[in-house]
Amino acid sequence: MKKTSVSASAPKQNPAPARSAWETVQLARDPGRPGFRDYAAKMCDEFIELHGDRLVADDPAICGGFARIGKQRFMLIGHRKGVTTEERIACRFGMANPDGYRKALRLMKLAEKWGLPVVSLVDTSGAYPGLDAEARGQGEAIGRNLLEMAGLRTPVLVVITGEGGSGGALGIAVGDRVLMLENAVYSVISPEGCASILWRDGSKAPEAAEALKLTARDLARLGVIDAIVPEPAGGAHKDPASAVALVREAVAEHLGELLSGPSGDRLVEERFRKFSAMGRFDPKKAVPL
Amino acid sequence: MGWFTKKTEAPALEPLPDIWHVCPKCQAHVFKKAWESALKVCPKCGHHDRIGARERIALLVDSGSFREFGTEITPSDPLGFSDAKGPYAAKAAATVAKLGQSEAVVVGSGNVDGTRIVLAVMDFRFLGGSLSTGTGEKIAMAIQHAIDFRRAFVMVSASGGARMHEGILSLMQMAKTCAALNRHREAGLPYISILTDPTTGGVSASYALVGDVNIAEPGALIGFAGRRVIETTIKQKLPDDFQTAEYLLEHGFVDAIVPRARLKETLAAILAYRRR
Repeated sequence: MKKTSVSASAPKQNPAPARSAWETVQLARDPGRPGFRDYAAKMCDEFIELHGDRLVADDPAICGGFARIGKQRFMLIGHRKGVTTEERIACRFGMANPDGYRKALRLMKLAEKWGLPVVSLVDTSGAYPGLDAEARGQGEAIGRNLLEMAGLRTPVLVVITGEGGSGGALGIAVGDRVLMLENAVYSVISPEGCASILWRDGSKAPEAAEALKLTARDLARLGVIDAIVPEPAGGAHKDPASAVALVREAVAEHLGELLSGPSGDRLVEERFRKFSAMGRFDPKKAVPL
Repeated sequence: MGWFTKKTEAPALEPLPDIWHVCPKCQAHVFKKAWESALKVCPKCGHHDRIGARERIALLVDSGSFREFGTEITPSDPLGFSDAKGPYAAKAAATVAKLGQSEAVVVGSGNVDGTRIVLAVMDFRFLGGSLSTGTGEKIAMAIQHAIDFRRAFVMVSASGGARMHEGILSLMQMAKTCAALNRHREAGLPYISILTDPTTGGVSASYALVGDVNIAEPGALIGFAGRRVIETTIKQKLPDDFQTAEYLLEHGFVDAIVPRARLKETLAAILAYRRR
């Protein structure tokens, strides 16, 4: 993968103060961070929202629609946590139902048909753990997205903007390029969940956060993300307008690169190679038996 | 002394530990040999007990036809993970030694009534059948083998989900295995997913429920989120059959529930419908 100016490995101009993983988790969850509506309204010059999964519902926890930055048109999808209390409850605090994942897939398929790239903004603590979610196939909906996104014949750019919570995040995060905001986190399980299972003590979440290696720097080192998007000093919540502008710049740049890269079968082949390389077995790094 | 010699102590009637199996569901005492010849299914209530990957392979493929590969893949510790109980590397090495198995999945090719297939069978005893980098790599390798030789792929899931100790890289195995499955699908090859107890978390949210045909064992726990997490989130009691194979059948997510004794013949009958 070609490195770009906002590169994961390049040193930044203003190195952020060293934070613990747990402090980063708090920043990633800060309700003052820009959310889907901010990106739709302020990162994009146009956003035409499209609703519904055409099956049972319109899940407000995942939104999407036609969007444009400058002359570049694309399909924008993303988790939405909501801002007001009413919105937050309606969005189940950003935890999507199967209907949300199916709406996202419908819009991605539409993008493929119309020849539009996809930009996916990830910000969720996880897929919703609910009765209806299970009855309507939460696992199937996410698994289906993983399968279909792997074969999508249009470029997919993913930006982890806040919380990348496990399968609920990955369900819209199989991308040709995955960016991550400086203070975002992305993990297989929440630190609290991990602590309660492996430490048998939820209060050990700070230790679990450290052990899980869930910060943008960790993920860049592990080869899971391609670039880190810088945030304003102190975090995106301190200056949401500048944070959105920085994401806009990164999205425009990476979209441009993706669109001048491979397409069709070749694109799908490269995406396959990208994910196949993650966690590839290396006998030199295996646990000694 | 009369004819009866009075004994001061009652004769030892302690059951020999290896004779009886107590069904965890109905508490019936079943002769262990009878229970094992019933493939670890309770003859009284039909409860399907968990079985290991080797036992599963023995009951699915023709005797002597299984050729295992991928045994060189063993656990890795990409994060240098340690929890309250110590380093993950030690735990993983101990599990390999204890089970004599290299990872939480066994992969290879074998015949089902003479039809060559590639299969991947998860083993719940290996760290809860968790999906790790090694597990994901072995499954992806099996799918690639199926593509190379144009075989049907049969996946038998038994897993609590992604392995936390390998962090984000475990999560990425969900994408990796599905990307391999997409290639297999684009090659027009059949994929049959067999869901056994339990199939939950990240495994339910990747390859387990996207088979061309999904088959579940009776009573198997299948679901994405844990029951307790759901109960505390929605603060209501869940139905008794919630997240069982039967519940998934009723809601349209599995094609059939097949008892263990009829699994192989069902698989063979379905594979016979492949025309390309």
